[in-house]
Amino acid sequence: MSVPATPSPSAALASGAWGDAAVKFGNSLGAVAGFLGILLLVFLAAGRARGRLSRPLAVAVFLGPAVVLLSVGLVVPLVRTVYLSLQNDDGTRFVGGENFGWALSTDSVQKVLVTTLLWLVVAPLVATGLGLVLALLVDRMRGQAVYKSLIFMPMAISLVGASIIFKFVYESRGAGQPQIGLLSQLAIAAGWDDPPNWMLSQPLNTFLLMAVMVWVQTGFAMVVLSAAIKAIPHEVTEAARLDGAGGVRLFWYVTVPMIRTTLVVVLTTIMIITLKAFDIVRTMTGGNFGTQVLANEMYSQSFVQFNTGRGGALAVILFLAVLPLVAYNIVQLRKERRVR
Amino acid sequence: MSGRITDKRVRAPHGSPVRKAFSSPLASVFVIAVTVLWTIPTLGLLVTSLRPKQDVTANGWWNALLHPDLGLDNYHTVLFEGGFGVSTGLMPFLVNSLAISVPATLFPLVLAAMAAYGLAWVRFRGSDTVFFAVFALQVVPIQMALIPLLRLFSGGAHLGSLTLVPAVDLKGSYAPVWLAHTMFALPLAVFLLHNFIAQLPRDLMEAAVVDGASHFKIFRSIVLPLCTPALASFAIFQFLWVWNDLLVALTFAGGTPEVAPMTVRLAQLSGSFGGRWELLTAGAFLSIIVPLIVFFSLQRYFVRGLLAGSVKG
Repeated sequence: MSVPATPSPSAALASGAWGDAAVKFGNSLGAVAGFLGILLLVFLAAGRARGRLSRPLAVAVFLGPAVVLLSVGLVVPLVRTVYLSLQNDDGTRFVGGENFGWALSTDSVQKVLVTTLLWLVVAPLVATGLGLVLALLVDRMRGQAVYKSLIFMPMAISLVGASIIFKFVYESRGAGQPQIGLLSQLAIAAGWDDPPNWMLSQPLNTFLLMAVMVWVQTGFAMVVLSAAIKAIPHEVTEAARLDGAGGVRLFWYVTVPMIRTTLVVVLTTIMIITLKAFDIVRTMTGGNFGTQVLANEMYSQSFVQFNTGRGGALAVILFLAVLPLVAYNIVQLRKERRVR
Repeated sequence: MSGRITDKRVRAPHGSPVRKAFSSPLASVFVIAVTVLWTIPTLGLLVTSLRPKQDVTANGWWNALLHPDLGLDNYHTVLFEGGFGVSTGLMPFLVNSLAISVPATLFPLVLAAMAAYGLAWVRFRGSDTVFFAVFALQVVPIQMALIPLLRLFSGGAHLGSLTLVPAVDLKGSYAPVWLAHTMFALPLAVFLLHNFIAQLPRDLMEAAVVDGASHFKIFRSIVLPLCTPALASFAIFQFLWVWNDLLVALTFAGGTPEVAPMTVRLAQLSGSFGGRWELLTAGAFLSIIVPLIVFFSLQRYFVRGLLAGSVKG
């Protein structure tokens, strides 16, 4: 066999891909180098300033970029989205609360809101509850690091990746064919002759999608709660035990109250993530078969239907829904800051 | 009663009574069951991605555990040849993911460290207000900012006929994605790093000031080196967040091989080529292997970052 005169098409594609990669990485590293270079120059120049001006200059240099980016990227868009939500579909006419009326009175959107509410209650509670139980149990086991790592691992996987993983678990084929989805196979093994097409059976499919979120978030809850439990002063549990509290009672009346703050923070954090997450629904069902949630509907309205008014209104509803949750976390933080 | 407790304490000198109550063979079985349940789906993905096409469609992946016939062919196909009805494979998208993630991690990291230092040590009137304003911005869901930000990037900003920001043609460039990620990451980043930087020893800072060091010198030669653990935690966090993000990429990068990352492409493929499991699983595993490596090698920092975010400390 001699060396071919021209590379095979596959090899050519591959070498083209490497060239393309080199250019892209070049761009990326160039941007990083430019960014750091400019910063260094600004630092050197501003560091020379002395006297009355040096302090305001330092404030401007340290805070300026962040404040500008936050204003342009979050504050102004926030105001503008509220404004857009009061306009018609292409933002040319003021319509008042019409978009909100549409969101709250249209049957399909009402259903989306109910499904979202279901997500908001079920997924965070299950993930936090399971995480708490695991946190209590796992620390006394030999090889706990392995268990913790494996349960925590899904946290590193993208919701898109997790969705594909579970789409495969939920894969369903007609009766008689060999099943390639794990869930169908398990159902058959358990004696269910003809399991349904999971993704099409409402309302079960919504809960199966929630399972993906629980799969991802349980490890987070476990790790954070485990740290909180370890931080409970030993004297407290010791005193309670001397008073005769044991087992489950100790858990409910001592452990849970002692980690209440962390528990609520974990719960609200997962709630916020759940509210905003649209990846799972988008990847697994595209929002069909009665699984649509608010975040994905908002995306569809804005970027598929190009109705910025309705999209804006849904974004505002989403914002109002997360507001109390994050507000709670802020109050907690203020308390801690005052103590410090 | 006390005898029982003492007896248990011998076995577990550091365990709290609560933990003792919850520890039993049953508990171990439960934890092991959950761990297995949590691991199997990913294992199924990996095994399927290594099986030949005809095997994948013929029977479930668990059969491959008994009769392994595995190879890397699917990975070559999915990376370079496509086979998804497109001319290119996933390679350009994989490259994009990396080319997006590195700057989108570094930019907010540096800017947030600067802002956190400014808020913590360059005291000025209203610094507390600014801090809480920044923190409060975490309430704003990214969804709130998408439409206006996209319009700003594509159409510039105008006040009446006055052009504040000109329209820049950023199509086919990573810049909008980098910028958007940087903006959205700042509130959390400033908050986390502020927690850490504010707790640096006051004596050290004052000594440096007495020595005549400017804030810039202090930041570079004292704050940054001392903050390395916090910076590492946030960097890992942000890298995983950007790598795994779908929403920002979908909005600001579109779906083209020039800029779109893996997540965007996989989400598309999951819809249109859902039947080609041997390729879809290989693609998905390619997209999760990078975060998994980061996660398992730097888990300690990752956990520390999480704890700093939601537990006091």
